[in-house]
Amino acid sequence: MHKRLIEENLNQIRDKLLVMGGAAEKAIMLSMRALDERDSNLADRVVREDDAIDGMELELDQMCVDVLVLKQPAASDLRFVISVARTAPMVERIADHAVNIAKHALSLNNEPQIDLGLDLSKMSNTVQGMLIDGLDAFTSGDPEKARATIERDDEVDSLYDIFYSELIAAMLRDSALVDRGVQWLFVIKHLERIADYVTNICEQIIYMSRGQVIKHSVW
Amino acid sequence: MHSSGSVSPAVLPSVSEFQLRRQSEREPDAEQSTAPAKMKLENLNFYYGKTRALKDITLSIPPNQVTAFIGPSGCGKSTLLRTLNRMNDVIPGTRVEGHVELDGEDIYAPGTDVVSLRRRAGMVFQKSNPFPRSIFDNVAYGLRINNLTHSKSELAERVEASLKAAAIWDEVKDRLKESAYGLSGGQQQRLCIARALAVEPEVVLMDEPCSALDPIATQKIEELIVDLKQRYTIVIVTHNMQQAARVSDLTAFFWLGEMIEFNITEKMFTKPDKQMTEDYITGRFG
Repeated sequence: MHKRLIEENLNQIRDKLLVMGGAAEKAIMLSMRALDERDSNLADRVVREDDAIDGMELELDQMCVDVLVLKQPAASDLRFVISVARTAPMVERIADHAVNIAKHALSLNNEPQIDLGLDLSKMSNTVQGMLIDGLDAFTSGDPEKARATIERDDEVDSLYDIFYSELIAAMLRDSALVDRGVQWLFVIKHLERIADYVTNICEQIIYMSRGQVIKHSVW
Repeated sequence: MHSSGSVSPAVLPSVSEFQLRRQSEREPDAEQSTAPAKMKLENLNFYYGKTRALKDITLSIPPNQVTAFIGPSGCGKSTLLRTLNRMNDVIPGTRVEGHVELDGEDIYAPGTDVVSLRRRAGMVFQKSNPFPRSIFDNVAYGLRINNLTHSKSELAERVEASLKAAAIWDEVKDRLKESAYGLSGGQQQRLCIARALAVEPEVVLMDEPCSALDPIATQKIEELIVDLKQRYTIVIVTHNMQQAARVSDLTAFFWLGEMIEFNITEKMFTKPDKQMTEDYITGRFG
């Protein structure tokens, strides 16, 4: 089969999105480590490196506009470009949440450590796993993997509810914990929102691969 | 390469019905429209000598819509267009099998008045072909030979109305007696559309009407096509897929004389049902 002119553009867009996704994955991983290990250097790094992710979003946006106007894609090519144009801002938002977690880490690391009796690793690992699988599903255009990833959002929501209740209970028991407890509440909220964005990305993968819109629908 | 048995259902739901279904994520092929087709083709086969150029084409062309035929060169789309007003009759050694109906009447039935048929289903060709006469006489030609007007003033009114309908009146109203050859290519094509409209057809068949025109002239013709569907049923053959996407409501894709897919244009260009259509419109045919 001959090589289509549009192919190179689509490959460049796909590669750029994956680099951006990889950077967002790393940002979440580092921000959670910054919390776990009380390492403010890692948190600083996440904040510093976010500009590059913002830049990639702008580049991808321009690449999508260019290919739309210059190559006029149709059918699966069109769905791919539209999906990337919708996904890149979501990846950028995911990285912003990682930055917010890192900022909470910077603040919490300056306070005495408290034992709230919470193990956030399961929630954090699930969210990071969802993002990795979501980006894999994007690369391979695998709607089944996207669907399986979406289903894991319920698990994240349940963990969020549990941690939320436990944090509130801990703050009610000891008002001295409120300052730091609220920051932890924000951390779990950021993780929960990241999982929502991954869900939206996976919905986009299903549109991209099957032309089927499942957004806002019960399936 | 492709069996006719896998071709999409020929009778489509209406555009609005389809859009509603798209919103509710139902499959588009589940129901069929009850709206009567303007033209209906059933098991149409066309032969150039022993060569079968069209293979079991069955489709319904809805009224007041633009239906586009797309496909690579030699796929039969222009041949099919010409079967819709029997323009192929003049080619020696050709043969038609199957049915083509206009408002339920078989246009290939013995005794069919072909001149009357071509008045009802007029054609605009790839290359504009004005007669070597004045602008006025070009448009008046069909009216005169068919005795469709009763006075000079009525003739003038019909010519003016046709030129207005073809969106060229303002450009030619002060030079109606000048030769049509003095017009630009785009103006000549719109003049030919005016000539086709003058005899008040019901269906306008367009065979690559913009292929010889620059982008500005093309845009004017495309705007005109969309405007004309309020009054006429339009069928357009085009090599330009973007043009089909821009102007048509329905698109049929042909390959080696077969109709591979007939679908709502939006769906055809975003999520075609057939892999062959997908391969063609994304340029994967090598």
